[in-house]
Amino acid sequence: METVPADGLIAASWLLIALPLAGAAVLLLGGRRTDRWGHLLGTGTVVAAFVLGLLCTLQLDGRQVEVGLYTFVATGSLDVPVGLLFDPLSAVFVLLITGVGALIHVYSIGYMAHDPRRRRFFAYLNLFVAAMLLLVLGDNYVALYVGWEGVGLASYLLIAFWHERPAAATAAKKAFIMNRVGDVGLALAIFLMFAQLGTVSYDGVFGSVGTLAAGTVTAIGLLLLLGACGKSGQFPLQAWLPDAMEGPTPVSALIHAATMVTAGVYLIARSAPIYDETPTARAVVLAVGAITLLIGAIAGCAQDDIKKVLAYSTVSQIGYMFLAVGLGPIGYVAGLAHLLTHGFFKAGLFLGAGSVMHAMNDQVDMRRFGGLAPHMKVTFVTFGLGYLALIGFPFLSGFYTKDAIIEAAFDRGDGWGYLLGGVAILAAGLTAFYMTRLMLMTFFGRPRWEPGVHPHESPPVMTAPMVLLAVGSVFAGFLLVVAFPLEEWLAPVFGEPVEAEHVVAPIVVSVLVTAVMVIGVLTAWLFVGRREVPAAAPVRVSPVTRAARRALYADAVNESLLMRPGQWLARALVFVDNRGVDGAVNGLAASLGGSSSRLGRTQTGFVRSYALSMLGGAVVVAGALLAVTAG
Amino acid sequence: MIQAPDLSLGALAPLLFVFGAACVGVLVEAFAPRETRHPVQVAIALVGTLGGLVTSLLLAGERQVTAGGALAVDGAAVFLQATIAGLGALSILLFAERSLDPARSAFVAAAAVPAGSPRDRELMTAHRVQTEVYPLTMFAIGGMMLFVAANDLLVMFVALEVLSLPLYLISGLARRRRLLSQEAAVKYFLLGSFASAFFLYGLALVYGATGSIRLSAIRQDAAAETGGGVLLVLGLALLIVGLMFKASVAPFHAWTPDVYQGAPTPVTAFMAACTKVAAFGAILRLLYVAFGTSEWTWRPLVYGIAIVSMVVGAVLGLTQTDLKRMLAYSSIAHAGFLLTGVLGFGGGADGTGSGLGATMFYLLAYGLATLGIFAVLTLVREGDGEATHLSKWAGLARRSPLTAAVMALFLLALAGIPLTSGFTGKFAVFRAAIDDGAWPLVVVALLASAVAAFFYLRVIVLMYFSEPAADGPTVGVPGLPTTIVLAVTVAATVVLGVVPGAVLDLAEEAAIFVG
Repeated sequence: METVPADGLIAASWLLIALPLAGAAVLLLGGRRTDRWGHLLGTGTVVAAFVLGLLCTLQLDGRQVEVGLYTFVATGSLDVPVGLLFDPLSAVFVLLITGVGALIHVYSIGYMAHDPRRRRFFAYLNLFVAAMLLLVLGDNYVALYVGWEGVGLASYLLIAFWHERPAAATAAKKAFIMNRVGDVGLALAIFLMFAQLGTVSYDGVFGSVGTLAAGTVTAIGLLLLLGACGKSGQFPLQAWLPDAMEGPTPVSALIHAATMVTAGVYLIARSAPIYDETPTARAVVLAVGAITLLIGAIAGCAQDDIKKVLAYSTVSQIGYMFLAVGLGPIGYVAGLAHLLTHGFFKAGLFLGAGSVMHAMNDQVDMRRFGGLAPHMKVTFVTFGLGYLALIGFPFLSGFYTKDAIIEAAFDRGDGWGYLLGGVAILAAGLTAFYMTRLMLMTFFGRPRWEPGVHPHESPPVMTAPMVLLAVGSVFAGFLLVVAFPLEEWLAPVFGEPVEAEHVVAPIVVSVLVTAVMVIGVLTAWLFVGRREVPAAAPVRVSPVTRAARRALYADAVNESLLMRPGQWLARALVFVDNRGVDGAVNGLAASLGGSSSRLGRTQTGFVRSYALSMLGGAVVVAGALLAVTAG
Repeated sequence: MIQAPDLSLGALAPLLFVFGAACVGVLVEAFAPRETRHPVQVAIALVGTLGGLVTSLLLAGERQVTAGGALAVDGAAVFLQATIAGLGALSILLFAERSLDPARSAFVAAAAVPAGSPRDRELMTAHRVQTEVYPLTMFAIGGMMLFVAANDLLVMFVALEVLSLPLYLISGLARRRRLLSQEAAVKYFLLGSFASAFFLYGLALVYGATGSIRLSAIRQDAAAETGGGVLLVLGLALLIVGLMFKASVAPFHAWTPDVYQGAPTPVTAFMAACTKVAAFGAILRLLYVAFGTSEWTWRPLVYGIAIVSMVVGAVLGLTQTDLKRMLAYSSIAHAGFLLTGVLGFGGGADGTGSGLGATMFYLLAYGLATLGIFAVLTLVREGDGEATHLSKWAGLARRSPLTAAVMALFLLALAGIPLTSGFTGKFAVFRAAIDDGAWPLVVVALLASAVAAFFYLRVIVLMYFSEPAADGPTVGVPGLPTTIVLAVTVAATVVLGVVPGAVLDLAEEAAIFVG
């Protein structure tokens, strides 16, 4: 597919990034003067970006449009011209980011109304939107990397927004450091591309990736995957995402559910031509996706913190997306469709959770909820729709897109296909279980509220975005799969859709998945709904529950495998630095100072000794010259 | 009948301008009334130096040997003449500063009056200013410009004396700490004479060996396989000694700290910047033109001297407590770095290296930064004189952030930190040396730079991170002349560090010797 130069509105698509960036700059540099209207400006830039993105998308017409900007790095051998690539794939992401982003900005006006630092919050959100748009709009890996680091920074700042809480500060650091591990992988992949191909632009890399040795392509693929795992909270770098829920809830909804954490999926989908060359790396993507979707679903079953349940659910759902894009051409569109619908319903669920917390004095423990349905009708209904969409209730969003992934897994046609499909179906049951458990503990049963809590519905500025997202949760799947197939929209990027030969009939898969889902819901009702929920988590539980509560010991593994050796290494290095390096440096400095004083004694101040030193020098000079010429 | 030598007046215009201004200055001193002398002298000196600068810039691209073969007006000569004239004009501005010293001048009113005598005390309070310093300086500048264009050894010697004698005198003209200043002048004179004698003796030996004092004629004799015989080699050795003295290269550096400290600070600035340019111009011409064909004879020697100079300058600088002395050792270390550039003689594609252009760029960058840093030194005062002791500068950043920032910039430039002119210069000379295979020397140079960076950065640490002393110095408000000098040197230091391309190209294009 040839790229064409920009025309019309698309030539102005750099404004998409510039608008929120300018918003962030005004809010951060303007200081307190902007306190009164800062949140409105922040929301306005993102809404404007959404409108512009929508207009650009309508003009796109299946082309891949190149928007050249300027040359970012220009050295002899490395030229990085910065340009934007507006194609069907990036258009989809632009709409998701600005659309969901705009709704969440509106919601935040209400959610952060009483926070003294609301302006700063909107500045960071704007910064995030700008960086995320650069990530998906860049036409080369370096631009992507700049955006990648930008969203990492914004994520760090927003997780630690309430940095006076030690937990938030620690969570932010954890997120940042675990992301670094992935970022190193991405950086190395870019270095490798440049070293081997001499270019970092998508065009250049994809055009010549076929000429590389198989091992090199696999290395690039695996390093890109490492980057994707870090950003998207995938195994083995998944542990930061649940902790990141310490940030304000709109942040969890926008960054840690709908957009940023899906950047890894974008990276792998964008790099499809690379993975086409390396079945090994693609298989690893599959494995990562399958392992993560199971881990996330299991851990989600045992959490009591409402946001953590949703976070593990996010980990698990992104696992589905990785699984899909790991399947190759048959899975890309399914994965991206799920990414979009997930963006709607998960953002809605988080906003609902935020609304609940708002009503319950920022309580997050579901054991202190219960019986909220009659008190918060809008929240209950919108949250309920999001819940149904997530568990794959027939004809809602998740049903279409999740089924498509499971079908694609079976369509692999080999034993692995059956295994992956089976894992995905099992996880669908687990999803139904933990989400039903969440619904039951929050909205049904007897109230287990803290004394003095009076739940109330949130203001319209918060409920309106929830309603819109709920509408999206209901219809997005149908629209993307049946009415206006995403498959056709993305055909310019991933090729024309081929009629897959189904190994297992789609209807069978649907029935199977729905059956497993119903079993999950019923199990949850049996375990949670039928009985009284204890206000404190029971201590005497099975080893399985214990493991699930500790997220299958991911933190323990990280601590013993990485943190403790890291601390030990740091201590050893400090020791070497203090004794060895500093000792050598100080010793050298002392000896230099000493020789300086000794040499300084030759500076007597007497002309006679100066003249003598000159004479000595002259004799040496003459002697040396004679020695050279004679020898 | 004696034939008059051919003279190309156009090619000599820069020299004529400067020497003409010097002569007019002498006349003004004799005939103009005392009250009007100062502005007139400053104006004449500025016209002379700026005229020299403009005419030498107009001569760019000129290549000829004139004055009966005694002068070479080539790319290198013109570039260095322009550098000297420009730095000279800035020095004149520093000399002309009248608002910093309570006695309205850095120079003693009557140098011949014994220090501490009743007449001396009387003059201390009188508003009489010294104006002879301007024609003297103009003669020194003229001598330097002649020095870099001298195409035979005798003219070189005459130029050496013309530039040296006024310098000896004006070193002794300090208004404050007069005894220290006079001691410096006498030391400089004695040792300078000693060095001149070496040069003269070397000249005689070379003449004896080759029968000529013309550099091009010496070149042919030196090309012989033996290097031209013992006499020529000994002559070369003694010439080198004479020139290295002027360039304050160790081990011929002993005068430098004492004279830098004793001389009036504007004179120190002038010496450090302009004399260095002139002396290296002559060293380059002597080694490249007269002995360029027998590089193998002097290369090991210059290699060794460069190392000695860098190490002595850097190590001795560590324990200095007086800023002017510290800068003197810094100047010795920089002389070593410059010799590194001199060693980039060959190694290029066409057999000639980039050493000449790199060294000339370094001279320009170093001259500007040095002038600037001494100009800052004249601002920080205590009592009637300058506060040059290191301890007085503690916490200066809080008292006077702008002064401290400017000082820090120059210190960083001298240390060779990127984005300053010092880095570009060092990079250029080191690259030239590496191209010619002298990488071990560059390793030593880098280590010496690291050691030297310590004492530059120590001043910055002191200014920014120490508590200000209770009886700290006062920071004077500079008048227009010093302000111009600071503005020009700061701008040049930054520009040559950030976008050095144009000037580097210019130096590279000017890197041509004829003769």
